[in-house]
Amino acid sequence: MKHTISVLVENKFGTLNRVAAMFSARGFNLESISIGETEDQEISRMTIITRGDDRIIGQILKQLNRLVDTIKVTDLTHQPHISRELLVISLKLSKSSQHEIFELINVFKGKVVDIKQKSITIEVVGTPDKINTTIDMFRPFGIKEIARSGTVAMHRGDQ
Amino acid sequence: MSTSGSTMNGSEIFFECLRREGVDTIFGYPGGALLKVYETLYDVTDIRHILVRHEQGAAHMAEGYARATGRPGVVLVTSGPGATNTVTGITNAYMDSSPMVVFTGQVPSTMIGNDAFQEADIVGITRPITKHNFLVKDVKELATTIRKAFYLATNGRPGPVLVDLPKDVMNSECVFNWPESVEIRGFKPTIEPHENQVRKAAKIIAKAKRPLLYIGGGVISAEASEALRKLAIEQNIPVTMTLQGLGAFPGDHPLSMGMLGMHGTFWANQAVNNCDLLIAIGARFDDRVTGKTDTFATHAFKIHNDIDPTNIDKNVKVDLPVVGDSLKFIEGIIDNLPKTKTDRSEWLGEIEAWRHQCPLTYSVDENSLKTEFVIEEVSRQTEGNAVVTTDVGQHQMWTTQYYKFRQPRSILSSGGLGTMGYGLPAAIGATIGSTARPNVLFCGDGGFMMNIQELVTAAYYKLPLKIFLLNNHFLGMVRQWQELFHQEKYSFTDLADSNPDFVRVVEAFGCKARKATNPEEARAAIQEALAYNDGPFFVEFQVIKKDMVFPMVPAGASISEMLLDRLNPKTMV
Repeated sequence: MKHTISVLVENKFGTLNRVAAMFSARGFNLESISIGETEDQEISRMTIITRGDDRIIGQILKQLNRLVDTIKVTDLTHQPHISRELLVISLKLSKSSQHEIFELINVFKGKVVDIKQKSITIEVVGTPDKINTTIDMFRPFGIKEIARSGTVAMHRGDQ
Repeated sequence: MSTSGSTMNGSEIFFECLRREGVDTIFGYPGGALLKVYETLYDVTDIRHILVRHEQGAAHMAEGYARATGRPGVVLVTSGPGATNTVTGITNAYMDSSPMVVFTGQVPSTMIGNDAFQEADIVGITRPITKHNFLVKDVKELATTIRKAFYLATNGRPGPVLVDLPKDVMNSECVFNWPESVEIRGFKPTIEPHENQVRKAAKIIAKAKRPLLYIGGGVISAEASEALRKLAIEQNIPVTMTLQGLGAFPGDHPLSMGMLGMHGTFWANQAVNNCDLLIAIGARFDDRVTGKTDTFATHAFKIHNDIDPTNIDKNVKVDLPVVGDSLKFIEGIIDNLPKTKTDRSEWLGEIEAWRHQCPLTYSVDENSLKTEFVIEEVSRQTEGNAVVTTDVGQHQMWTTQYYKFRQPRSILSSGGLGTMGYGLPAAIGATIGSTARPNVLFCGDGGFMMNIQELVTAAYYKLPLKIFLLNNHFLGMVRQWQELFHQEKYSFTDLADSNPDFVRVVEAFGCKARKATNPEEARAAIQEALAYNDGPFFVEFQVIKKDMVFPMVPAGASISEMLLDRLNPKTMV
C-alpha cells in the first residue's frame, strides 16, 4: 500500500542524493520526494511517497534511519496528518470553454495565475487525490502543460 | 602533541588528529593532490606510513589491519585514480563491516566540478559503499570531520568512512581545536539491548530442548567471544558459525559445529533445520547461509540479536528481535538464565549422529597434493592459533572446513563481496597489525595475480608472512560450478597455459620461495615457512586440478539438500 513518510534531514549538500540513491540501490519504489527547509535552517523536511508491504516499508524506515544525515523518520500513513500538493496547470482557452473552466476553478478553489488569448494557467492546492481529480476534470479542455510539486506532509495536532 | 589553540595548516592538523585518534599506521600512496600532506609526513616520526604499490592494496591492507587488531584501518591516497582504486576495498569493508577511515586527496575546492586533472567525484562514487562520507570544504572543519569519521567508523555497526581533502584546504591555516566529544544527531546506535526482550530471550533459551547458536562476525567485533563460550558451554548449546564468525567459538570444542550454509558442514545444516530454537547473534541471514529462505530453520523459534536494526527481518522473519551490542546481549542472557539446566543430551546425540553420517573427508595420496591436506596440516602445525587470511574461492571454503580456528580475530576473508585479490594485501595488513601469532595466507593462483604487486610491500617491510599458494591452475570454484551446472564447459577458467612460474616471480620480488608437489614436501615446506621470520616465505603447493568442495548446497536450494559428492551429484541428502 501507499505510505507517506516524513523525514527530517541535515540541510547539507548530498543529502537528497543519499536518500534517493538508497531507494534505487535497494530497489524500493519512490513515487515522489519533496524537500524544503524547516523552521531550523540546518534541518530540511523531506516527504516521501512510496509503496510496499509491511516488510518492505519496515525496511525502508530502518534504512532511512540508518543514514547518518537523517535525524527523524516518521511514517505518517496511519497517523492523523495533512498532506498537500501544488498543481500548476496550463489549458487551452476558447470562447466556448471559458465559462466551464472558470466554474471548475471555483469548484477546486483554484487561482488563475496567468491568462492569454488562447491559454490559461491555474494553480490548485490540495490532497494528491484532489489534484488527480482536478487534472481529470480539466483534461477535456486540452492540457498544454502540467507541473506537480509532489506531496508535502505533516502530522496533525500537538506532538 | 601539539596543543589546541595553536595555528597550524591543514596537513599538520591532519596528522595531529590521527595522533589523537591513536593511529599508529597508515597505508598510503602519494600523489599530486596530497603533496602538502606528504611534505608534512616527511617529518612525522610517530606514525608509520606503509607504502603500497596500488591503492586497492592500501584499502585491503587497512581492512586486514582492522580485522586483526580491532582498531580502525587508515588509508591515505591521492585524488582521481588514487581514490577510485580504493573503491573495491571500501566496498569489501562495507559488506563485511570492517572499521576503516579512507582519506582521499581532492583537487582544490575552487576547481571541483571543472573536470580538473585527476578529479573524480569520490564522495559521490562512494556514497552507497561507505557508512558515511565527507568533503571538507574549510580547514576549520577538518578536525571535527576527522573526529566524526573515526567515531562513525568504530561505533555501532563498524564500517568504512571516507573523508575527501581538497588540496587548498590542506594548505590553508587555522587555529587548531580538538573537539573532545562528538555529537552527530542523526547517528544514535542502540547499544543497550532492551531489557524485556533479553529477559524473554533468556526464558526461551532456558526451556529449549534443541537450541542452536548461529554466530556471525558481529560477535567478534563486539569482543563477545568469551561471553559466548560461557553461554554455550554452561548451557550445552551447540554453536555454528558463519565465515566471519569462525573463531568466535573454539573450532576444536565438541560443541563447535563449524560453518553452516552453502559449504557448511552437513551436521550444522541438519541442526539448523531440526532445531527448535535458533539464536542468531551478530549474523545477517546472508543467502550463502540460508539457501532458500522459505525452508530455512522452519521448525525453529528465531531470536535475532544485531547492532544494526536493518538486519532484522531483512532476509528471514524472526520471532524475537533484540537490537543492541552482542556482548551486552550475551551477558544479559547469562544473567537472566535460571540455575536449573535443561537436559540437551538427546539433541547433542542427534548432532553427533549427523557428524558421523557425513563427516568431512578427503583422500591422501602420497604422490599428489590436495588443498584440504595442506590446510589441515597448517592447522595442525600452528595448533589452530594462526591469523589466517584467505583469498576467495575453493581454498577459502576448504579453510573454513579444515582449519580449526581456536580464537577470535583469526580468519580474515572476503565474505560479503567475495573479492578475489583481497588475500595478499589483507594478510599484509594483518601482519603489520600484529606478529604475536603466526600470519598465514591461503591463496589461489587466480586471486594471487590480482594484487601480486603487494609482494613488494611484504618484502620491503620484511613481514614474516607465510604465503601459501594453492595452485590448481584453474579458477577452481568457477570450474566446479561449470562442471556441476554448466555442462562442463570450462569457459576461460583454465589457467595452466598462462600462469607464470610463481616461484621465480616471487623470488624476483625478493621473497623466499619453495614448491611442494606431494604431502611429504608439503609438510616440510610448511615447517620451514613457519620457522622463518626474516621476511615473507612463499610456498607454491601444486594441487590437483579437479578437486571440488563438498558438501555443497546448490544456489537457491534448501540447505537440507546438500551435494555430498561429485560422483553422484543427483543424490542429495
